[in-house]
Amino acid sequence: MRKNMVVVEGSYAVAHAVKVCRPNVISAYPITPQTHIVEDLAQFVADGEMNCEYINVESEFSAISALIGASATGARTYSSTTSQGLALMHEALFNASGMRLPIVMTVVNRALSAPINIWNDQQDSISQRDTGWIQLYAEDVQESADMTPQIYKLAEDEDVLLPAMSCMDGFILSHVYEPVILLEQSLTDEFLPAYDPEFVLDTKNPMSFGAFADPSTYTEFRYKQEKAMGVALEKIEKIANEFKDIYGRYYGGLIDGYVLDDAEIVIMAMGSIIGTVKDTIDELRTEGESVGLLKVRSFRPFPTEAIRKALKNAKVVITLDKNISIGKNEGALCTEVKACLHNTDNRVPVIGFMLGHGGRDIPINIIKKIINKAKLVEKGIFIESEFADLREDLA
Amino acid sequence: MKEIRIHGRGGQGSVTAAELLAVAAFEDGKYSQAFPAFGVERRGAPVTAFVRIDDKPIRLRSQIYEPDYVVVQDATLVDVVNIAAGAKPDGFILINTEKSPDSFNFNTKAIVKTLDATKLAMDIIGKPIVNTILAGAFAGVSGLINPESIKNAVMERFPGKVGEKNCQAIQTAYDLMEAQR
Repeated sequence: MRKNMVVVEGSYAVAHAVKVCRPNVISAYPITPQTHIVEDLAQFVADGEMNCEYINVESEFSAISALIGASATGARTYSSTTSQGLALMHEALFNASGMRLPIVMTVVNRALSAPINIWNDQQDSISQRDTGWIQLYAEDVQESADMTPQIYKLAEDEDVLLPAMSCMDGFILSHVYEPVILLEQSLTDEFLPAYDPEFVLDTKNPMSFGAFADPSTYTEFRYKQEKAMGVALEKIEKIANEFKDIYGRYYGGLIDGYVLDDAEIVIMAMGSIIGTVKDTIDELRTEGESVGLLKVRSFRPFPTEAIRKALKNAKVVITLDKNISIGKNEGALCTEVKACLHNTDNRVPVIGFMLGHGGRDIPINIIKKIINKAKLVEKGIFIESEFADLREDLA
Repeated sequence: MKEIRIHGRGGQGSVTAAELLAVAAFEDGKYSQAFPAFGVERRGAPVTAFVRIDDKPIRLRSQIYEPDYVVVQDATLVDVVNIAAGAKPDGFILINTEKSPDSFNFNTKAIVKTLDATKLAMDIIGKPIVNTILAGAFAGVSGLINPESIKNAVMERFPGKVGEKNCQAIQTAYDLMEAQR
C-alpha cells in the first residue's frame, strides 16, 4: 500500500478524486479554506486534463443554482464551499434536494460569522441538516478523497437521487500534507457507473422540474425524499464494501467502531477529531481504562438502528460536537444520539461535550479531561452537556 | 514519533519547509504529516508550521506543544514569539542567525544550534530564501532525514536551475551542521 502513496495536500487529493469521477459541470466560488480544491480543479480543466465545464460565478448562490440547472439536464455536477458560502446556498439547497438532483459538494467545514473566523468547526454543514442533503464526514485525507466516488455512487443511485455533502474539516484536513493514494482513474471507472437519469431537461421531451405542488401532493414529495434517505441508509454500507472490493480500503459504512466491543465508555464523534480520539484511547487502554470509539460517518441519513446496536453494552456515552444549537446548549450529535435511544430500554447516560469551535485546537489532554468528567456519572454527578474547552479567563 | 515546530514570517516559506520535510521523511520510509498553524496569512506576520514523523501512520491532529525540534527561520521572532515554549530537553532549537548559540538565553534545556542561513542563501541562491537551507540544516543536526530525500523533494517542487541551486545550498547546510552533530 505504501508504495502507491504520495505526500500531497488534502485539497489536492480531493480535487484529484473529483477529477477521476469525471464530472461534466463544476461551479464554485472560492472561499477559505475551500480555495485550494477549486483552484486545483480549475487548473485541471484549464490544462485539458478534465473534459468538464467549469462555470465561474459571482457567489455561492449562483454556483449552486448553476448546478441545479446542469444536474437537471443529466450532467454529473460538483461544487465545494464552506461556512458563509454554504449559508448563502441555503435556500437553493432545498431546491436541489426537492428536485432530486444528485449534486455532490465537498463542504470544507469552517465556523460561521460573527465574529468572523476562518477556522474549522462543523457549524456550517450541521446548520444545513434539514435541507434534504446526504451528509458524510471524513476522518482523514484518504477518506476525504475516497468518499468522493462513494458519495457520487450513492447520490446518483436511481433509488436515492439525493444531493450529497462530503464533509472534511477545514485546514485540519484541507491543508495538511500526508501520505495518500491518489484515486486511480481505471478503478474509479470500474467503481462509479456513468450517471444516466431517467428524467432530464430535454428540449425534445420537455418537462418541468420543481414545479408547483399544492396541499394535495406536497406532502408526498417530502415523504419520498425521506424514503430515498432510507434507501441511502441501506446503500452506504453496501457502497463502502464495493469500494473496499475494488480499492482495498474501508472506513466503515454508516458508523465504525474502534476497540468498541468491550468498551464501557464510548466516545462518539465525526470528522478529523477521530484520529486524536483514537490516539487518546490507545493511551488510556494501556492504563486499563475501558474506552472505545464510535465514529459516525453518516449524519444524514442518521444511522439510528446501527447506533442503538453499537451502544448496547455502553455504560457511558460521550458525544463530541464541533457545533452548538444555541438555546439548547447541545451539539447536534448529542441531541440526535439521545433521541435515538429514547424509545429503547437502553438508559445509558449520554453526556455532550462541545469543543473545537472556530478552530480551537483539540489536544489529547482535552479528550482525557472530557472522559474524566463523564466518569463522574458513576458517582452520581451528571453533566447534561457543556463546553469542554472554555478559557476560564474569558468565560 | 518526532515532532518539529517551524517558526517563520509570512512569505518565508515555513509551510513549504514543513511540506518538504514531510515529503522527504516519507521517501526515507517513514510516515509524516505537515500542516500550518492556520493563521490569516500576511507577509511578515509570524507563522508557525508543524511536522510529525513516525514509523507508523499518524492519526493525531492537534498542534505541537512539546516539539522535539524547533526551527526558527527569522531570528527577530525570538523577541516576539516564545519559540522555546515546550521544547523537549533532549531536543534542539535551530536558529537562522549570524550569532553564536551562546548569545541566546532561552529557559530550556534544549540545545541551541545556529546557522547563518541568510548569508548562505545570498551566496549560493542569490536570494534571501532560507527555508530549503534550514531543511538541509535540520537534517544535518537531527540525523532524522536523508539530505538526498530533501533534495529530491526540492527538485520535484522546484525543477530546473532554481531547484539545483537550492540543492547545493541544502548540501552545504547539511555538511556544516552534520559536522557539529
